[in-house]
Amino acid sequence: MFGKEAIKLITELDMYEDIRPFNEQVMRQVFKEMQSLYEANLIDSNAIQNEGNNELLPSVHFRHTALLRNKRCILAYLYHRIRRLRQMRWELGSILPTEITTNLLNAEVQWFQNYNKSLATYMKSIGDNHGLNLTVNMSPPKTLYVEVKCLADFGKLELDDGEIITLKKNTYHLLPRATCEPLIRQGFPPDNPDIDVGNVHLRLQARTPKILHLYP
Amino acid sequence: MEESLEDESLLDDNGEAELTAQTALQEIENAWMNETFAPEILPHQSDLVDCMLQQIAHMEENVKRLDKNDLRALVHRMELDRIRYVISSYLRTRLEKIERYTIHILSEEENRNPDEEPYLTPDELRFAKEYLANLETLFKTVALQHMPPNFQQFEVNKFTVKPNVQAHVFLRANQRITGVVVPGTLNEEIDFEEGSQHIIQYSAVAHLVKSGAVQLI
Repeated sequence: MFGKEAIKLITELDMYEDIRPFNEQVMRQVFKEMQSLYEANLIDSNAIQNEGNNELLPSVHFRHTALLRNKRCILAYLYHRIRRLRQMRWELGSILPTEITTNLLNAEVQWFQNYNKSLATYMKSIGDNHGLNLTVNMSPPKTLYVEVKCLADFGKLELDDGEIITLKKNTYHLLPRATCEPLIRQGFPPDNPDIDVGNVHLRLQARTPKILHLYP
Repeated sequence: MEESLEDESLLDDNGEAELTAQTALQEIENAWMNETFAPEILPHQSDLVDCMLQQIAHMEENVKRLDKNDLRALVHRMELDRIRYVISSYLRTRLEKIERYTIHILSEEENRNPDEEPYLTPDELRFAKEYLANLETLFKTVALQHMPPNFQQFEVNKFTVKPNVQAHVFLRANQRITGVVVPGTLNEEIDFEEGSQHIIQYSAVAHLVKSGAVQLI
């Protein structure tokens, strides 16, 4: 009672940095608690109004505070989960790995898709509708080329100048940093439509944690 | 050779364009630093961003014409990458602020005097509105509708997160400024000499940052 369940949600956020399976069980308990607090308050406040029984006032106040606290904890839980989800969008791209999607509610998946859409619309509008992908160039460029080790068979990768190279497992390459930055950060195809990576390969690779590895 | 390493050689042939490209780069760097260090969102610089992006596209065309192994091509491409990073980082910082302070920023925009320039570009404004609506939908479907009747409101005023304008910032004065009131004192005033550097609460110099009289560093 009185916010004990709700605080579990906050503790969960605090203890784990990743997105845990949505804690529906605790959430439902909190709703139940809120309902019973609300009903108790309804009875007491009726008694105050009808019988002028002012002794009940402090307990009404107390329950009301507990209700507000419960609400706040639940919303904080939701909010911080989507902040983490948002971070994933920037790090992993618009397609989430199944390890994460299985932990999400439908409504959260919906949120993610809407966020994706808003972000894509915004990025397309930059620079007089020429568009600029803000999810690349995440760190200050130090060199044009980076030496990378390929961790998985990726297939063909077209470079900006039209040259096509084949990324094979355990091979070493010197590649333009901008092209392989998304591949280094995650195992998914880059969002950039200019880089043709071949759809067949993408699906196969989607579960690999990393395709390229900065070497050494 | 030395001469051809200059950026200008790749830009327009007439002298004016060279000058604007240089100053535009300097200005976008200043805007980027201001945006990074200021706690609140600053007036947008979309003209500058558009101009720089055009400049980049233009330079890219020129670099393409150079031989791939030409040293100049490498140097220029590096420079282009740097500029692109500055612009991306600048716009990303703004987006992060918009997401963090959505409600606060939207209400500021709404209450702004119509004569004044808005701080957000129309596209940023749309993004902010969509972001807020999206959050509200999530809260409502998952939580609020399951709560007791008078707890179902999406209380905009309670969810507002405001930037901490009391945060301290480093700055350099671009010109001589007199009579900056030090916050937290009755009416203690200080003067900034041109080129001098200071640490002060952001709220005391916010208007100077926006007018360009000081540069955050």
